[in-house]
Amino acid sequence: MRTIYLDNNATTRVADEVLEEMIPCLRDIYGNPSSMHHKGAEAGEPLKLARQRVASLLGAQPDEILFTSCGTESDSTAINAAMVAYPDKKHIVTTMVEHPAVKTYCESLEKHGYRVTLVPVDRKGRLDLNALYASISDDTAIVSIMWANNETGTLFPVEEIAKKVKSLGAAVFHTDAVQAVGKVDINLADSAIDMLSLSGHKLHAPKGVGALYIRKGTKFSPFLMGGHQENGRRAGTENHSSIVALGRACSLAAEMMEEENTRVKALRDRLEKRLLETIPNCFVNGDLDNRLPNTCSISFEYVEGEAILLMMNEFGICASSGSACTSGSLEPSHVLRAMGIPFTAAHGTIRFSLSTDNTDEDIDTVIENLPGIIHTLRQMSPFWAEAMAAKA
Amino acid sequence: MWDYTEKVRDHFLNPRNVGVAENANGVGEVGSLSCGDALKLTIRVGENDIIEDAKFQTFGCASAIASSSALTEMVKGLALDEAAKITNDDIAEFLGGLPKEKIHCSVMGRDGLERAIADYRGEVIKVTQGNVVCECFGVTDLEIERAVKEDGLATIDQIINHLKAGGGCGKCHDDIEAIIHRVRGEQAMEIIKPVRMSNMQKIKLIESTLEREIKPTLQKDRGDIELVDVVGNKVYVRLQGSCASCSKSQITLKNHVEAKLRELVTQDLVVEEVK
Repeated sequence: MRTIYLDNNATTRVADEVLEEMIPCLRDIYGNPSSMHHKGAEAGEPLKLARQRVASLLGAQPDEILFTSCGTESDSTAINAAMVAYPDKKHIVTTMVEHPAVKTYCESLEKHGYRVTLVPVDRKGRLDLNALYASISDDTAIVSIMWANNETGTLFPVEEIAKKVKSLGAAVFHTDAVQAVGKVDINLADSAIDMLSLSGHKLHAPKGVGALYIRKGTKFSPFLMGGHQENGRRAGTENHSSIVALGRACSLAAEMMEEENTRVKALRDRLEKRLLETIPNCFVNGDLDNRLPNTCSISFEYVEGEAILLMMNEFGICASSGSACTSGSLEPSHVLRAMGIPFTAAHGTIRFSLSTDNTDEDIDTVIENLPGIIHTLRQMSPFWAEAMAAKA
Repeated sequence: MWDYTEKVRDHFLNPRNVGVAENANGVGEVGSLSCGDALKLTIRVGENDIIEDAKFQTFGCASAIASSSALTEMVKGLALDEAAKITNDDIAEFLGGLPKEKIHCSVMGRDGLERAIADYRGEVIKVTQGNVVCECFGVTDLEIERAVKEDGLATIDQIINHLKAGGGCGKCHDDIEAIIHRVRGEQAMEIIKPVRMSNMQKIKLIESTLEREIKPTLQKDRGDIELVDVVGNKVYVRLQGSCASCSKSQITLKNHVEAKLRELVTQDLVVEEVK
């Protein structure tokens, strides 16, 4: 059975170009970059190139890039650094739809004497900017707001927000850009963003590597201590091959960004349009005017997401759901709940996330099979029978 | 990906007895849209109280659909009294087992059956009244009590997997724990704060407060704390585990440890860390 992989916001396939540059680092270039011999020096060179490549994708300077083990570590490092740098400021601002890497960490800080503001969103997932700005004061240590939402693809105007919150007294602005990097044009040189997190495996590098951008001049304090690596900003021997891979993935992302925003977007739009046309009682979630080009969050009323996913899996289709049942937690996704998506539909929400690997044929397979799957499940659902009876 | 058995997969992909039983004379409905799963079971009971037909309509995940399908297969042809004995474990067993997070799907099957039988017998369906404890899933104290009593549940996790109660925002965990303690005859321990304390009483109270109130929260984050000495109102402690290396340990020490000790022992305490 052919695999139709439409779950790229969860993780991506490692690109061939990336793997090619990575393999020599595992086989031959095995030195520790810190070592004082030629094998150490040999390993140092590709690291330097990787740092330049990541910086270049972000419009940053190489020494503003810190390599980490994942997006989550980048997020934790950023928040922790702000707390240590501004110990008297006891207020943190983030959003209700943030990834748990930021949201859960911030909420846990309430135990440590911090006041945490979670900014709400509207039905389309757009941030309540008035509430955001009203919450900022001189007591605000950090404002952390994602660039793009992982479930709906909704983009937040983080550049504008960064300028505004800093003028209102917030010490640090951080953005979790894990889903945005490689899909959205980013130029940090011209922005007020102090820190930005990214993750390798969301842009065709392997799992286990990420980066944190730290604007020159930003007060910083390391999260991992006990070594001089990364200019003393992150102890621990570098995950060399993966960092090299991340570098290549970033230069590749720069090359592919146009395709992502044209061909991939067209595939996504066609998928969405056909599903809306052929399946009754469904709708697309998020801010349709400001959205990642690859993401489609679509809700099917009166059916449950896990059942849809497992039936799609029978056709080789891989996607994910905002449904509770897939994740082990029982409530539907906090993002959909924050947006006020009614329960009739929140449980039956599917996220398709595409990449440049996808083809027309992939989309055709979904369009051919999903209407039948939804129909089958609705025939089983007592609520569908009720809804149809009420309509008639 | 859930570890579903072949039998669960089979009953999910090829569900048996979908629909409404013809001339049904017993209906059982459980669950709701907001909960994420719901079952409408219809049965037709014929001569000698034999269940001639059983059909289901289910909204829910793969294991909810499979549990419903399994249930209809199990009860068809059974005498009503026999059917009434079916437990959620029987349903899970029929399917070769369910992941523990999915036990509530089999509970839904049992509840649906119970209601369908009550409906047929003309009994007033035992709508479990009581006060809602878990607001996310609308589960009442009486339902939790029943699960603790009849199904022998003893922990929050078991309650979540069984009834879903507590599986959402988590705000009701204290209330659920209180019910478990009450039903199981365990008294929640109370900390009694004496008015005037001898030095010995004070040290003991500091010790017990650390044990009951402070250690559990630190241990949740893989940390720990040890009481080293008490001199006058100075409490010397050693932070251990992840707390020892945590960059926020001073915040924890003042905002959590000291605050709690001041609240529960005496206002004058000062906590200091010994490395």
